[in-house]
Amino acid sequence: MIWEVFRQEREGQPFQHGGSLEAPNREFAEAYAVEFYGRRAESVALWVVPREEILEIEDPYVADVFDRDYRRVDGYSLKIKLREARERAGTA
Amino acid sequence: MLERMGDDEFRAYLQEGGQVEVGDPMPEDYRKALIKFIEMHGNSELMGVLPEREWILRAPTLQRKLALTAKVQDEVGHGQLIYRVVEDLGKPRDACFDDLIAGKTKFHNVFHYPTKTWGDVGVIAWLVDAAAIISQKALLKCSYAPYARIMKKICWEESFHILHGRDVVLAMMTGTDEQRELVQEALDRWWGPLMQFHGNRIPAEDDPMYQWRIKSQANEEARQQFLDGYVDQIWELGLTVPDPELRKDEDGVWHYTEPDWDELKWVVTGHGPATERRLGLRRASREETAWVRRAVLADAA
Repeated sequence: MIWEVFRQEREGQPFQHGGSLEAPNREFAEAYAVEFYGRRAESVALWVVPREEILEIEDPYVADVFDRDYRRVDGYSLKIKLREARERAGTA
Repeated sequence: MLERMGDDEFRAYLQEGGQVEVGDPMPEDYRKALIKFIEMHGNSELMGVLPEREWILRAPTLQRKLALTAKVQDEVGHGQLIYRVVEDLGKPRDACFDDLIAGKTKFHNVFHYPTKTWGDVGVIAWLVDAAAIISQKALLKCSYAPYARIMKKICWEESFHILHGRDVVLAMMTGTDEQRELVQEALDRWWGPLMQFHGNRIPAEDDPMYQWRIKSQANEEARQQFLDGYVDQIWELGLTVPDPELRKDEDGVWHYTEPDWDELKWVVTGHGPATERRLGLRRASREETAWVRRAVLADAA
């Protein structure tokens, strides 16, 4: 059985994928994970998850049929408007 | 997992930068303070979409309608993320909703007021979001790590909101005299609530939310940061801030007319001019969508 291991390097940091290991049950998975990812105190916590329990979604984008830049910071260009507003206010 | 600690020891651990994860033992007062604070944040996200929702049909262009719709989606999403954190702390989402619509829990003062014109939409999207993002950025350092982590996504999305707001204001300020007046009138309406937004001048050491390092800045510090960041941006557009006392002294501290704290207290305890109408809308939408939740849960069971 394959287990994926997610490790946290420091308190409060997100868990990131560290690698995987093979183990017949939870007990072995725990022992191996601790040995592989904890023996130099390089992790403060681990998540060990059976690979088959991970729902993987590739290309997780809603189809970009329309130009949806109104959702993004780069959809708003303030430079010209700001210059015009400053000129009108006499603060340019 | 953390060791079990006494209240004082736990407070000292937090003050030294210690963090807490889901399932760690924690003092009951800390858990209660977290739920109160985070739930109010979640409530505010959900109530904050209502003033914007009111304008989707009336927004002046298709682009603005799309942007408002995108903001509503973002903010409801923030509400979901935040309630999830509250659930792990022991209060189910249904209980949060029930308490919100029963008026038992609070949400931010600014969402208790009506929006009169499109000028209000611009001022809210720019300056209310600016004030909010100052508090939210400080929460990236919150002692409760699961909350701090979701703030990353929330702050990232808010950066588009604030730019959109400034874009709305700039479009009006470069438009007709009437449009410029609408912005000035909106600023006049919103300045009071904006100055109340970060709360009274309670010293950080006396604020339980600071002692538990749920918040990492004092209320006044947040307000000063807001004034530092935005007053010049308001002035350069030729707008007048409706406070004759407002000035930055040589020591770098902003002085202003004392905000109306009685109004703040009255409004957040459910007596704002739009409180009842907005809670009514939440209540109605909860009833109207009950069948969806029933159907989905029955299907998943």
